[in-house]
Amino acid sequence: MAESDQSREAATRVIAERNLHHVGGTLRALREVLLEQGYVDRADEHVVADVFNLSQAEVRGIVSFYHDLKTTPQPPVTVKVCQAEACQAVGGRALTARVEGLLGVDLGAANDRVALEPVYCLGLCAQGPSMMVNGRPVARADQCNLADEIGA
Amino acid sequence: MKAYVPLDTSAVAAGADAVATAFENNGVDVVRTGSRGLAWAEPLVEIATEHGRVAYANVTAADAAAVIDQGQDHPKCLGPVAETAYLRDQTRAVFNRVGEDHPLALAKTTVLQDCLEQSPEALIATIETSGLRGRGGAGFPAHIKWRTVFDTPGEQKYIVCNADEGDSGTFADRLLLEGDPYRLIEGMTIAGLGTGATKGYVYLRSEYPIAADIFQSALDSAYAESILGTDILGSGKAFDLELFIGAGAYICGEETSLLESLEGKRGEIRIKPPVPAIAGLFGEPTLVHNVISYACVPAIMARGGDWYASLGIGRSTGTMAFQLAGNVQRGGLVEVPFGITIDQLINGYGGGTRSGRPIRTVQIGGPLGAYLKPDEFATPLTYEAMAALGAGIGHGGIVVYDDTVDLAAQARYAFEFCEVESCGKCTPCRLGSVRGKETMDAVIAARAEGRAAEDKLAIIDDLCEVMETASLCQMGGMTPIPVTSAIKRFPEDFRP
Repeated sequence: MAESDQSREAATRVIAERNLHHVGGTLRALREVLLEQGYVDRADEHVVADVFNLSQAEVRGIVSFYHDLKTTPQPPVTVKVCQAEACQAVGGRALTARVEGLLGVDLGAANDRVALEPVYCLGLCAQGPSMMVNGRPVARADQCNLADEIGA
Repeated sequence: MKAYVPLDTSAVAAGADAVATAFENNGVDVVRTGSRGLAWAEPLVEIATEHGRVAYANVTAADAAAVIDQGQDHPKCLGPVAETAYLRDQTRAVFNRVGEDHPLALAKTTVLQDCLEQSPEALIATIETSGLRGRGGAGFPAHIKWRTVFDTPGEQKYIVCNADEGDSGTFADRLLLEGDPYRLIEGMTIAGLGTGATKGYVYLRSEYPIAADIFQSALDSAYAESILGTDILGSGKAFDLELFIGAGAYICGEETSLLESLEGKRGEIRIKPPVPAIAGLFGEPTLVHNVISYACVPAIMARGGDWYASLGIGRSTGTMAFQLAGNVQRGGLVEVPFGITIDQLINGYGGGTRSGRPIRTVQIGGPLGAYLKPDEFATPLTYEAMAALGAGIGHGGIVVYDDTVDLAAQARYAFEFCEVESCGKCTPCRLGSVRGKETMDAVIAARAEGRAAEDKLAIIDDLCEVMETASLCQMGGMTPIPVTSAIKRFPEDFRP
């Protein structure tokens, strides 16, 4: 096992153990792994299963259920464009097409620089169409300098 | 000079941080606050004057110097904030403090001391008198839940707050969490006193990072001042409260799915009964309410159940935080008593569409809500009047569409959303959503070719009946509502 794999496993074990006696500990631990490592690796699932005394299948089931719990390394930038009704009503579909064109990435896909994801509501429903760039919310995205906002 | 600049997501997403910095650079003391709910005017800056606070709409960083120089002569000035047409006639029982000060500078308690001296029976009786119904969507009488949790024996009862606000067109929970978090903490603590629960959790969606930061800070301050913990305000009574962040799943807004997720599992729904009030978190009696339901409690306790019941119409008592969204000129939060008409909200407060085109439909109550026609906009918004239309109020979100909307595309989207967000536990929802989307694609394709696909529409009809009657929860059970309401009211959109 490579040294980096070992240190990642150790870090994940620390996360899992500090959440062991917490309500919702498995999901808390997996979210913390995501925040720290950027994605949940199969090896992380095995560590969480071991610490929580669950089967690997159970942990895999949790990871596969939640949209946030990515299982592959993510590019440095994530752009989420709202696909829900309130944004549809003000050109959300057109915004999505523009962002796809600027980034050269289809909705739901990624390249080595950026991931373009659908999101169903950012709570900016009176100021749509909206999006989020690396956690930063953007209202009226149809009016902003889109290329600057998404770094395209 | 003192300026108030919101720190909530709707303001930050419109550039409020840069605006706050610009005022500071001009020597102004800046207080960051929650949002007053005028989302259309964000960033909405207020300047303190000797005649009260004066509001400026859609302020940019470049406006700061001119706003300071010109004062009320500035073209973006709306006048005294409390006298603006948007806020003047609202009845704010829940959102009255939001925007007044930094969210963590607001009073941490208002009636908690008094409630600590009351019996659970007395607290439940006040809730019963108020007629409060759950604000999450189902509108179930709150006092029945409280009494059930109180009466059901359990080792450890729980108070759970559903802050998984996933309905498109809604942002009231976020606005409260970011603007007045202590209101929720106080409401949940009182619910604990009323039901005998000593532990609580707020389940917040991960899409609301600013709300998470503010609420966690509020929890920390509340603990530091013994408003939470083992000895609330020296009373000897205990209530612990914790924030739990979800991981992206619309279905976790369904209460049993939320409880599964809070236990750390897949957010698959549970079969009811038993209801959570009898067997909820870890099988213990658990009170589950939406953010706004809990946030109503301090005002009800302070001013009495009779006062609250005097607002609204019939069995729809109190105020409702309506949220105007979508293609609307002045979108935002409007807290008024039940009974206001759809028209008064979308044309009065909202000012019609943002695009300037005619309104063709509104969808009320999120992705599982009905599409309505303009001839229904005179309907007063009460649970009963909406049920009579085959619609609901849900969490109070109203999404406005102009005449460019294609209702067939919206019906298709309803199935698509259900496909993406179904928990997968029951077949009608898991597969019905996929078949519905495919069949709607066929309807849309036939329309493009100039053919009517009545056979496909008949299949949609059958499918909707199966989903409605055989799904385990409201996700599959209510997805047919937007579909069938669109087909019934806008048949021309489904045919050439």
